[in-house]
Amino acid sequence: MSDIGSSGVEYTKVAEIKGPIIIVDGITKASFDELVEIETSEGEKRLGRVLEVGNGKAVVQVFEGTSGLAITGTKAKFLGKTMVMPVSNELLGRVFDGLGRPNDGLPEPIADKFLDVNGEPMNPERREYPTSFIQTGISVIDGMLTLVRGQKLPIFSGSGLPHNILAAQIARQANVVGTNEDFAVVFAAIGVQYSEAQYFKRSLEESGALRRSVLFLNLADDPAIERIITPRVALTVAEYLAFDLGMHVLAILTDMTNYCEALREISAAREEVPGRKGYPGYLYTDLANNYERAGRIKGRNGSVTQVPILSMPADDITHPIADLTGYITEGQIVLSRELFRKGVYPPVNVLMSLSRLMKDGVGEGKTRGDHMEVGNQLYDAYSRSQEVRALADIVGRAGLTGVDLKYLDVGDKFETDYLKQSIDENRNLEETLTRAWDILANLPKGELTKIKDKNIEQYFKGGSKPSK
Amino acid sequence: MVAKGKIVWVSGPAVRADGMSSAKMYETVEVGESKLIGEVIRLTGDVAFIQVYESTSGLRPGEPVVGTGQPLSVLLGPGIIGKIYDGIQRPLEEIAKKSGAFISKGIATTPIDLKKKYHFKPTLKLGDDVKAGTVIGTVQETPLLTHSILVPPDSKGGKVIDISSEGDFDLEQVISTIQKNGTKSPLKMYHKWPVRKPRPYTERFDPTVPLITGQRVIDTYFPIAKGGTGAIPGGFGTGKTVTLHQIAKWADSKVVVYIGCGERGNEMTEVLVEFPHLIDPRSNRPLMERTVLVANTSNMPVAAREASIYTGVTMAEYYRDMGMDVVLVADSTSRWAEALREMSGRLEEMPAEEGYPSYLASRLAEFYERAGRVRALGSPDRSGSVTIVGAVSPSGADFTEPVTTHTIRFIKTFWALDTRLAYSRHYPSINWMQSYSGYLDDVSKWWTDNISPNWYNLRAESYNILQREDTLKEIVRLLGPEALPDEEKLILEMARMIKIGILQQNSFDKIDTYCGPEKQLKLVKLMVKFYNESLKSLKENIPLSDIRSMSIIPSLLKAKFEIPDEQVSKLDDLESTMDRQFNEIRSKKEEVELIV
Repeated sequence: MSDIGSSGVEYTKVAEIKGPIIIVDGITKASFDELVEIETSEGEKRLGRVLEVGNGKAVVQVFEGTSGLAITGTKAKFLGKTMVMPVSNELLGRVFDGLGRPNDGLPEPIADKFLDVNGEPMNPERREYPTSFIQTGISVIDGMLTLVRGQKLPIFSGSGLPHNILAAQIARQANVVGTNEDFAVVFAAIGVQYSEAQYFKRSLEESGALRRSVLFLNLADDPAIERIITPRVALTVAEYLAFDLGMHVLAILTDMTNYCEALREISAAREEVPGRKGYPGYLYTDLANNYERAGRIKGRNGSVTQVPILSMPADDITHPIADLTGYITEGQIVLSRELFRKGVYPPVNVLMSLSRLMKDGVGEGKTRGDHMEVGNQLYDAYSRSQEVRALADIVGRAGLTGVDLKYLDVGDKFETDYLKQSIDENRNLEETLTRAWDILANLPKGELTKIKDKNIEQYFKGGSKPSK
Repeated sequence: MVAKGKIVWVSGPAVRADGMSSAKMYETVEVGESKLIGEVIRLTGDVAFIQVYESTSGLRPGEPVVGTGQPLSVLLGPGIIGKIYDGIQRPLEEIAKKSGAFISKGIATTPIDLKKKYHFKPTLKLGDDVKAGTVIGTVQETPLLTHSILVPPDSKGGKVIDISSEGDFDLEQVISTIQKNGTKSPLKMYHKWPVRKPRPYTERFDPTVPLITGQRVIDTYFPIAKGGTGAIPGGFGTGKTVTLHQIAKWADSKVVVYIGCGERGNEMTEVLVEFPHLIDPRSNRPLMERTVLVANTSNMPVAAREASIYTGVTMAEYYRDMGMDVVLVADSTSRWAEALREMSGRLEEMPAEEGYPSYLASRLAEFYERAGRVRALGSPDRSGSVTIVGAVSPSGADFTEPVTTHTIRFIKTFWALDTRLAYSRHYPSINWMQSYSGYLDDVSKWWTDNISPNWYNLRAESYNILQREDTLKEIVRLLGPEALPDEEKLILEMARMIKIGILQQNSFDKIDTYCGPEKQLKLVKLMVKFYNESLKSLKENIPLSDIRSMSIIPSLLKAKFEIPDEQVSKLDDLESTMDRQFNEIRSKKEEVELIV
């Protein structure tokens, strides 16, 4: 955070220090959510924020942690304002820390204005409904999990899975440099390892997109409580670039699991009644306050498209973090360890994945008339193939019907010819749809129950013999 | 005496103020210098505990709190329909005019335009005796909706001593005056009603008329009655919101109240964008002319989320009192319950299961009890209904969590959404084995009288196939389908056809999105007939493979989206084709036998 003013009221009576929290006593003037500057007895300055105030006491959360703070000698200056982020187009190409302070050795950017990092809720009446298709060049996403401008589509991953590689590929291919100058990438690293952040940065650099990116880095060894602010400063900048400067912003937040853990730490220190797995009861609302900062606004050019990444503890999709995220976001891309082990990249478990806005971004006049139907039929076929596969494991191939065997074949082809592609392979939509029809050609025509007759006539390449 | 106090403590949406000894429970108060709206939810000595409906960021102890003397209320009159409100009935359009694309705090608005003129037609005359709830006259609120102006339900009634003749009036003008025991009460075209108090009625009836939603799995298999209650629980991605949108779009009610309670902003926008263009199949008018939205999205203040369902249901009751059928859709009651939990936590109350307050069950019961079919107060004699359908978002799709288990106790139709069905793209993912409807017998008379005398049997026969498949599935899982005799293989095939041809319904397909009762019945009839004919053929030793390769099958499966409601007679043609094809495979068999 920049711009630490010298004004404000200073208190020296610290009553209690526990975990990431200090309680300041003798308060006469402080407000909820106010920014606090804490000074240790050695003169080191840290930032904090008021969580609760009343009866002469203020509960302050210290972003850099309380290690080294003492009851005596610690000063807390209440700055009379909430946390703000200075914004301007000079932010592009810059790297900041998790609180929004320059981290690249360059000076503070000159601010066009200062925005409250908490943002304000977008008025649903003024939202523009997202309908523009984003081609990512990744078949499984474009064909079955279409990303739409202004959507929030998270990647549910597990530790060791290539979520960052996938996100970087989306960031590279969704914004082809040179053809589209009004795009920007906002990247927030939340408690991730140095190497992961570095990979992302390099990937942007190589594609030439770095100068149109803003990076916020809170790495694994940075203060944990800072992580509560990192997505907020990043999304504040994203909103500014999109709605003030008219850019199409892709905001990537990785890893939201670390964010939630920081939140739990604060909640535990405040001795709040926990919800599930020790996470606070307001986890849903808190996550929504971040995820809902995506979308489009009527009458303005820009958009914020969010791709948050979270690693599911023990690959458990019912874990509160994944669960609540899924309830807020407009779909999810779920990565599968099994496919990853099989060497399939991107290892997307399509059956568990979903893009809620696909229906609005595809079809006649937007992409192609058969897009949605083909996607649905592929789902259906792959889902059936998985059932058959499970059955074949028990009864053997001999116990399967002729149609079942065809589905088995389609399932394999789907994984090798459609799902699988290389890290730098950029397929256009036409190619993706052609591949889909090639796979469906292995099925009898009568099995295509999700596709209208006219589209079958136009695109179907297989035999017309009904099933036996 | 209005309470005037000072803030002593702030934590998120919760504020404590002292000097509030004259405040009442559930009184609305203005909090702080920016006059945020709040509500008193606990009183201890002279300290009031207040939930604030707006962001409290920047609020500080020492700022003033002023009571209004009024409980949280809504303004009821013409002008509600077509609006989108936040949780405390502030029109989002007005807020946008004042604060732009983002919602700032401390914005004062009027819920309905009091300056707008409506053409009033009186139905009373001088000297009439009126009671609470009596219709004074009517105005045309939208081309679709004639709005009755009511004597407020808390009025003592009296004699009409003044009534306006037909003409244009705005909402602030007095249109009638009634007098009782020398006290005159001027009446306007609107009145206020506290949201937490159910509006009174004369008498309650049993629901017997089905709410036709155009969704096959709902109307045919798990129907809900007008004035009934239903819940849709389901994990994320199972299609709760889509199902609710479908009900809001196609239900044959006069008015729809859609509450987006702690859900996605884009979903509300979708309704706002889509509904003005969608045409009601019965009235041929845009759906927006019968819809009112209450939007308190997940990122809007949590306390207003708690209030939003009361705001919505009070407006629904108001239209019910005019003698209309109203559907109220709440998405999602779990987010409302979480708002309760959050406030309860800040009140430091002793938590029950999973941190939810112990009064969760009674609050849910109170809410669902506001549904019903009733005879309204006053004259003329009229009855209306409020049907409540609530989404439940169980954490981890676990139906044993508190909100789901408590909700089940107070509703009669249960549409269980199934994550596994959703993963195989079977939508709506309503699980036909887990779901139930307590209204089946109540509504069967309507179907018998209006659609077909065979409805009950056809439904039961087709459902029976699904039930038998469910048991057979276990065997198949262990031994494979080839281990079954042909008659049982036929059951599997039939169940697949019923699932694809009837249960699955594509909300995004122009034709399939709505399926009228007649088409529903005919589709079921075709399936049942196909089954019976196939069974007969099997008994005549016709191989199952001949039946499976009949070209009628894909047509049966696609009839739902290839044949629109207006051409429902084409289904009869399909039936003739089916008969012909069965005759063909039988005669083919006879030929073979002759040769042999």
